[in-house]
Amino acid sequence: MVVDQLRDADIDRLFQAFADATRRDIVTRVTAGEYSVSGLAEHYAMSFAAVQKHVAVLERASLVTKEKRGREQIVRAHHDGLQRARRLLDEYETIWRQRADRIADILAEG
Amino acid sequence: MTVISSQKNAETLSFTVVAEFDAGVERVWQVWEDPRQLERWWGPPTWPATFDGHDFVSGGKASYYMTGPEGEKSRGWWRFTAIEAPHRLEFDDGFADENGDPIPAMGTSHAVMRLEPVGNRTRMTMVSTFDSADALEKVLAMGMEEGMKQALGQIDAILAGSNVR
Repeated sequence: MVVDQLRDADIDRLFQAFADATRRDIVTRVTAGEYSVSGLAEHYAMSFAAVQKHVAVLERASLVTKEKRGREQIVRAHHDGLQRARRLLDEYETIWRQRADRIADILAEG
Repeated sequence: MTVISSQKNAETLSFTVVAEFDAGVERVWQVWEDPRQLERWWGPPTWPATFDGHDFVSGGKASYYMTGPEGEKSRGWWRFTAIEAPHRLEFDDGFADENGDPIPAMGTSHAVMRLEPVGNRTRMTMVSTFDSADALEKVLAMGMEEGMKQALGQIDAILAGSNVR
């Protein structure tokens, strides 16, 4: 997904995908590692079918991919090559900004 | 603003951050040298770090674990490859099993940290280079809520019409 080439319809799907707390949580989880749909469903007080619908919305927004493995459906964050590396480095930057702030707080104590 | 600049290279999986602190070089060096200070800032509040080994000499090793919100522990190791107090520190950083033994398959990164005086302040330049995107992704898993902020930040970028690539 190349963000500067998104069409309006893509942006609508992206916003719709992020508008729901469960879907945001699913994206956060699968960013850290793959999950089966049933594995995801264990984390939420809703039916398997409801979780499956959330995953389908995220799939349409190209935020996750779903793949059959045996009886399981495996959900992963959607990324390829450099796009993935850029996203990861952006997140890593956040970690270092927060670390630098914590160092500054310790130094402020003297 | 503590962080004054950052640079990312997706091709080489390297990240550079430059920060300035209101303290002298010797004082900033202590936040790396003293494990009790180091563990107060290395891990995010949701994944605090505990250093149970910190042999702060060239060739020495550090071992630490980070404790997640549900009590899960992720162990890591550092190997100090160069220490020139109080200006330069280099180390390799990787994951470890429950005995503290390195798990090479999970990937490693190399860090080069430099401190230099800027007037009464100290400039810290930190360069991290990862050997694989998987290694970087595993590091990020310990601070998942930050990942979410980033995703929302990308939406802000779309609204601002900026190029996220």
